Amino acid sequence: MKGIKKLWFGLCILALLSPIGLMASGTAWGEWGAEEFSKMLGYVPQGLARFSDLWKAPLPDYGVPGIGEVTGYVLSAFLGIALILIITWGIGKVLANRAEQ
Amino acid sequence: MHIPDGYLSPSTCAVMYAVAAPFWYRATKKVKQVLTTRMVPLMSIFAAFSFVIMMFNIPVPDGTTAHAVGGTLMAIVLGPWAATLGVSIALMVQAIFFGDGGILAFGANCFNMAIVLPFVGFAVYRAICANAPSGSRRHWLGGAIGSYAGINAASLCAAIEFGIQPLLFHTSSGAPLYCPYDLTQAIPAMMLAHLTVAGIAEMVVTAGAIAFLQKTMPVIMALRVGKGV
Repeated sequence: MKGIKKLWFGLCILALLSPIGLMASGTAWGEWGAEEFSKMLGYVPQGLARFSDLWKAPLPDYGVPGIGEVTGYVLSAFLGIALILIITWGIGKVLANRAEQ
Repeated sequence: MHIPDGYLSPSTCAVMYAVAAPFWYRATKKVKQVLTTRMVPLMSIFAAFSFVIMMFNIPVPDGTTAHAVGGTLMAIVLGPWAATLGVSIALMVQAIFFGDGGILAFGANCFNMAIVLPFVGFAVYRAICANAPSGSRRHWLGGAIGSYAGINAASLCAAIEFGIQPLLFHTSSGAPLYCPYDLTQAIPAMMLAHLTVAGIAEMVVTAGAIAFLQKTMPVIMALRVGKGV
């Protein structure tokens, strides 16, 4: 489709600008980790403590271990875009193929 | 609005997966009917756009942060079912790779941001500009108002999910097991963030993107103009 390159280009610009999102200090409401709870409330709810670390994400908070916060954030943005591209492409292929049959 | 694991009881999480499942099923069916190979790149772009736009955290006066989602925009351009699928994919990548939003809470997060948000946003948008020609300014105005309604409806759902936890799940001595904040705390906090900064950001992003598409790529805007769910 015509002009779609322009959209990808715009998306890359957004990814490069994403570290603007790091300037907002603080956490979103209801997204505090267990540590923050012990500071805020003086305790961590039992169930919260039990399930909060259920999954260890490889790049927590869009940071890449060993490199700077800003660079890591940008790399995470591009990685996320790439992953979404692959997954959507895969799902699209499966669905579109079935639709054509 | 990405609920982490541990805030909702496992039973709440199970209920939310069960609520989201038929929507995912219907979304794949529905998208299959309209999906042409040409549209796959557009789905990627709007899902990726949603992913990136959620990285732009904006400070909220109470010391927390919030962000736009871009789900109503996707619903307007590609239809609400495509938005359900696209935003779910973005949320999945966020949860698995970046720890943004829980794995147990994925059903709840999808219900809020990938189902309630695009459908409410789209319904309001439709009510405003059902029959407007694709170049009309009613589209970006309708998109602005619809997206504001959508993100706030989603935020209210998240607040209710948070707020019922201490009422339903506590130890015998009354200590909360999961999210410790009840409805009287969760609803005002979530709505403050989304009626103000996140809602306005969502409006700007949606209206701006629609105006941009109308001007530079009218073909894309015309894809679904006048079409219902």
